[in-house]
Amino acid sequence: MPKLIIKDRSGKKSEIEYDSNFTLMETLRDNGYDIEASCGGCCACSTCHVYIDKKWKNKLQNMDDDEESMLDQAFDVKNNSRLSCQIDLSEELDGLEIEIAPE
Amino acid sequence: MTEKTDVVIIGAGPVGLFAVFELGLLNIKCHLVDNLDKVGGQCAELYPEKPIYDIPSRPVVTGQELTDDLIKQINPFKPKFHLNQQVEKIAKTEYGWIVETNIGTKVEAKCIVVAAGAGSFVPRKLPIENIENFENKNVFYAIRDKSIFKNKKILIAGGGDSALDWTNELSKDSNVTLIHRRKEFRAAPDSVSKMQELETKGKIKFLKGQIKKISKIQDSRIMLEYENDDEKSNIEVDYLLPFFGLKMELGPIAEWGLNLHENLIKVDTEKFETSTTSIFAIGDINWYPGKLKLILSGFHESALMAQEVFKYCFPDKKNIFRYTTSSKELQKKLGV
Repeated sequence: MPKLIIKDRSGKKSEIEYDSNFTLMETLRDNGYDIEASCGGCCACSTCHVYIDKKWKNKLQNMDDDEESMLDQAFDVKNNSRLSCQIDLSEELDGLEIEIAPE
Repeated sequence: MTEKTDVVIIGAGPVGLFAVFELGLLNIKCHLVDNLDKVGGQCAELYPEKPIYDIPSRPVVTGQELTDDLIKQINPFKPKFHLNQQVEKIAKTEYGWIVETNIGTKVEAKCIVVAAGAGSFVPRKLPIENIENFENKNVFYAIRDKSIFKNKKILIAGGGDSALDWTNELSKDSNVTLIHRRKEFRAAPDSVSKMQELETKGKIKFLKGQIKKISKIQDSRIMLEYENDDEKSNIEVDYLLPFFGLKMELGPIAEWGLNLHENLIKVDTEKFETSTTSIFAIGDINWYPGKLKLILSGFHESALMAQEVFKYCFPDKKNIFRYTTSSKELQKKLGV
């Protein structure tokens, strides 16, 4: 199974396996990470905000306008910010490193 | 003045709305209270344009269409809506319950039905240190009285409709600066062009960046530190108005002594009654083993809840189960 490297809000890093049929948000939530995702994953809030490791940033699908707009409601937005509900986990993302953004 | 009805439904989302229908068929009258300025709950506030694919018999329906159709469906029962307010207190009375909102609306009812979804929508607070010391003094998340801003220096933060509308409105009598993390705005194009016109004329200022720190300075003013591409700057203002959308919070419901399971209200799966008799909970706010947070589950819960509420409203009457397809009396109620 492909893997992700997750840094949680306390700074602890861990590795989790993923199934490429799910989004990054669903995978984080299913693994018990504290991610609110209050809209359920339809890009209608900004509570699944994550930072993508710089070396992976350009390997993801581009952000669409909807996602960029929703990020306006997030705090501490950086140029590697993404909403995890909008990231489909393909096999090619094996080894992806992300950090969960502050609440 | 206290109004009287049979049931107060807390939350006017899809499940609260459909509860009016199920209760209405049993001659039970309802009032609904919602913190938003419109009905439809998350469907109308978060995803009015987004498609939903799992409503039985609706292969695809948007959040707003679902809300509009539910309103049409419950219209024969003439529910009364109390919008823009939150139920703060509830108290037992001889009649049943008295429910009081934060703006003083009082309604007495036999039963309370909590259909509050993920809770009330409240403004998202800026997560910076010590901000709570400035809230309602220098920092406001909603504007009730705009006269206090007259001739003052104001910083408005955000890129949505509220941020842009208030920038345009307050620029008439105040010195306004708008701060946003980028030059694009998700607000309505009309408001954006109006703001840009004001900026060109020098009536407002625009800053690119995100607020990171707040501190007090003399004369009740505040200093804000903001960052743009790692570069830090400061701005001194009288007021800060952050507009970062809404989030959901359980709110006062947590204080009513109902048994909870991880911030959700425990109910039984026969009547959907809470640990307090004559208070019910349906939809995303409730919990029972096997619970799924689906709109269709909330609809089912409404129908079963109504059967039990009938007993509180009409203790001496027998409830005879009937279908809308065949019952002349039900059809008369529906006006068909």
